[in-house]
Amino acid sequence: MIKKFICIQCPRGCHLEVDTETLKVTGNSCPRGEAYGRNEVTHPLRTLTSTVKIKGSDIPRCSVRTSSPIPKEKMFDVMRELDKVELEAPVEIGDIVIKNVLGTGSDIIVTKKMNKAD
Amino acid sequence: MKTLHVNLLIIGGGPAGLAAAYGAYQAGERDILIVERDNRLGGILNQCIHNGFGLHRFKEELSGPEYAQRYIDMLKDTSVKVLSDTMVLDLSSNKVATISSFENGLMKVEAKAVILAMGCRERSRGAISTPGDRVAGIYTAGAAQKYCNIDGYLVGKRIVILGSGDIGLIMARRMTLEGAKVLADVELCPYSNGLARNIAQCLNDFDIPLYLSYTVTDIIADKDHKRVSKVVISKVDEKRNPIPGSEISFDCDTLLLSVGLIPENELSKKAGVRLDRRTKGAIVKDNLETSIEGIFACGNVLQVHDLVDNVSAEGEKAGRSAAEYIKEGEKVSATVSSLPGEGLGYLCPQILRKEGSEENVDLFFRVRTPLKQSVLEVYGDGKLLKRIPKIRLVPSEMESVRLKRSELAGLKEVSVVAKEVTR
Amino acid sequence: MKYDVTIIGAGITGSCIAFELSKYDLSVLVLEKENDVSMKTTKANSAIIHAGYDPKPGTKMARLNVLGSKLTKENAAWMNFHYKQIGSLVIGNKEKDGELIDALFDRGVKNGVEGLKVLKTREEIEAIGEKNLAPDVNYALFAPTAAICSPWEMALAYISNAVVNGVTLKRNCPVTGIHKEGDTFTLKTPEGDFESEYVINCAGVDADDVDSMVEKKAFTIKAVKGEYYLLDKDQGDLVHHVIFQTPSKVGKGVLVSPTVHGNLIVGPNAQGHDDKEEVRNTSAGLADVRTKAVRSVPSVNFFDNVRNFAGNRATIEDYDDFYIEESKTCPHFLNFAGIKSPGLSSGPAFGKEAVVMLKKDGLVFHEKKDYKRYSLPTFVKEMKEEDKEKLIATNPHYARIICRCETISEGEILAALHSPVPATTIDGVKRRTNAGMGRCQGGFCGPKVFDILKEELHLPFDHIYQDREGSQVVVSQTKENRE
Repeated sequence: MIKKFICIQCPRGCHLEVDTETLKVTGNSCPRGEAYGRNEVTHPLRTLTSTVKIKGSDIPRCSVRTSSPIPKEKMFDVMRELDKVELEAPVEIGDIVIKNVLGTGSDIIVTKKMNKAD
Repeated sequence: MKTLHVNLLIIGGGPAGLAAAYGAYQAGERDILIVERDNRLGGILNQCIHNGFGLHRFKEELSGPEYAQRYIDMLKDTSVKVLSDTMVLDLSSNKVATISSFENGLMKVEAKAVILAMGCRERSRGAISTPGDRVAGIYTAGAAQKYCNIDGYLVGKRIVILGSGDIGLIMARRMTLEGAKVLADVELCPYSNGLARNIAQCLNDFDIPLYLSYTVTDIIADKDHKRVSKVVISKVDEKRNPIPGSEISFDCDTLLLSVGLIPENELSKKAGVRLDRRTKGAIVKDNLETSIEGIFACGNVLQVHDLVDNVSAEGEKAGRSAAEYIKEGEKVSATVSSLPGEGLGYLCPQILRKEGSEENVDLFFRVRTPLKQSVLEVYGDGKLLKRIPKIRLVPSEMESVRLKRSELAGLKEVSVVAKEVTR
Repeated sequence: MKYDVTIIGAGITGSCIAFELSKYDLSVLVLEKENDVSMKTTKANSAIIHAGYDPKPGTKMARLNVLGSKLTKENAAWMNFHYKQIGSLVIGNKEKDGELIDALFDRGVKNGVEGLKVLKTREEIEAIGEKNLAPDVNYALFAPTAAICSPWEMALAYISNAVVNGVTLKRNCPVTGIHKEGDTFTLKTPEGDFESEYVINCAGVDADDVDSMVEKKAFTIKAVKGEYYLLDKDQGDLVHHVIFQTPSKVGKGVLVSPTVHGNLIVGPNAQGHDDKEEVRNTSAGLADVRTKAVRSVPSVNFFDNVRNFAGNRATIEDYDDFYIEESKTCPHFLNFAGIKSPGLSSGPAFGKEAVVMLKKDGLVFHEKKDYKRYSLPTFVKEMKEEDKEKLIATNPHYARIICRCETISEGEILAALHSPVPATTIDGVKRRTNAGMGRCQGGFCGPKVFDILKEELHLPFDHIYQDREGSQVVVSQTKENRE
């Protein structure tokens, strides 16, 4: 069976066609697209971004993301993990918020430098 | 009133302004002042916490705040000065700005060159005259994004989104992830106005239906006239008039609008900068200089971009041009006018100089409507200069063509045409 | 405690009467059902101070309009609400509309309107600056005393002066019943019962319901809705006077006018309907406004729209005057009802009228010795540069800009939260300062004003309202109570 996807690896948005049996990908313009197409059929992955609570800075939320894409079906489970966290300023980009979140192999990392409020 | 004297004043410390400062600094300018109205640099990137930024510029995928921090870090330990939490109230054609801040009160800034990098604003409900009740629960997607990602609030629980611009799509995913239910994204055009990948990862991933050729025809308040309780959408015909009988009603508490962006050129107008009615931004030469000598423009205040990487490139270019202007003064050059031809919504820059320090001239534009198997044709005084085949062209993606400056010799006018190839 | 006078409703009528009464040694209570003043008809109308040629000679409307328009001009000067005497034109075509325009002129003269003039050629009309009118316009009634204003600022200025001079204003305080025993009215509200010697009903579209609390309904209010466009400042100098169309059998037509803030206002249509609360815009209504407006000014660009709105006018069917009467069956209960156009223009005259009626009814008036005048703050952006600098030197909050479209400072917003009639909501701030009134319609400054309300008034997030009580701006916090 042939499945159709829009590649999300870059803004170009290539229209991919993937053969679910042979995992052959067409319509891609780069190797990243080929890998994405294959993953979409076998185990779709997404980078998850959100915020977590933070104390002691000028605003009450700090943006975070997964350090690498996680299984798509785990997105809401990871969101629930983020609800439990509260950081304290200052934080730097790349600081690890949750290591190996839900065993996905991906860390939750800070994406915004936030200073301590005066 | 205290007056500051600087070589280069950059108005706006978002992605365009930051890149402009970097570009000017790299080109040797050392006396640079960025004036930013927010208390933090980075502009709208601070609330764009999603990933997808920087693939071109930094060859990796970053979130908005990370992308902004890259530029902030690139300016660290340089002589570039920043006044944040500071608003530019006025700008005159002789490059004197009046600025206002809690910290310093009112001040004047006299500059040799100015770069306009104020960004854009979202069109509101009024701009599209959506009928219905006027109650709480109607926000632009960007306002909802600020409430959510910066302040930590959800503006509603059951959401309908009008418009399929990228911010709307991004907010469909955001609201869903954060616990709201997004019932529909409604688009007036028969095609989406956001990037294809955002349709895929923001709507399709969460089974949010996209209604193409639909618009909101009524907003109904609750019985106490406090908040949105229902949004009615209708299918539209080719002339975009609602078709009676096609109504679909959604029980919801919120309507988010993602119905277009408008360059924020109020200061440019005060300075007397001429604007293009198509882009709603300044009319610029290929070095991004406006109709006023020594005033340059870049980023979304010039033309609404879809990729921050392009904003940065444009900003850096404006920075280089301003540095060159400060060092060497205005260079006189014969010019060629560039005009959007068939199929194009606009063409920017509007004036091309036959002489200039950069070898190539890039022309940016958007097509009016989606085109399948198509071709871009560049004409010089009616004669075909270039023909570039394209698999498809869509209004949501800014396109560009590159000309060699030498190709402009002897020309009066360049135009670009986009059309489908008929077989 | 028993009040001398209780006013029900704090629109322009109630506010102006409260102001007039506050000049005297009287105890006055104003009960407003909404969470702010000027929340209904007063905030959604054409914002015109009519010259007074329109009402039938001999009516209360004619007399109060002409007087009110003069008083508005006098008071605007020291109360400092936005007001500009720009004059109005009733435009038409000599052949089709000449007679009607001449008749309006005669009527105006009878009503005592000063300075009226019929402009009899296209040239004369263009000579006063109107070059964008439809090509067939060649005849017009020029009324130089007509003016534009900010109606909510006007109401706020009057009620603030009343409050500064001891009038008690209670918001969120609907009157649910009125009981009279002997000389004492008892007004029931969620905040308890209030006693009063006199009651003045200024309840706008709800005036009939309030009246029916003391007697068999003496009149019935019909809400007539008018819809509007408010266009960008780019369109603001398309015309320089209030441009009316010649009234015809089909209706009064729509007006096109600059606003005091530099925008262009276009409207209203007129649609009778039953729901007095309903002020929605409809595609048909807006189309009607557009179609009619371009007959006066063909070049209005409706793509440059900033906001649509609609307001209800309180009319009494088959009664072409204001209904200003003491109840026949319930003495000391005064109705100021059916206050449709030119109600705003007549506002300050209502105050004078109320004093006359109350005196006749036996209330004793002594002028206050320590009467104080209160002026609304001047917008910082409208100050001279040296005044701005002085103000900012004393309070740097005036230099931090919150609303970028309208250039409104944090200092102005903070002042609005601590004024005699303080803002409590985002739209309350907007009405007092103009923050959120501009092109982006609060897209950028809304969240900032939200923060200021939260910090300054120590409000929990779910008690910050857009406008009406309960109209929450945000409904929950992220990272909390995920469902």
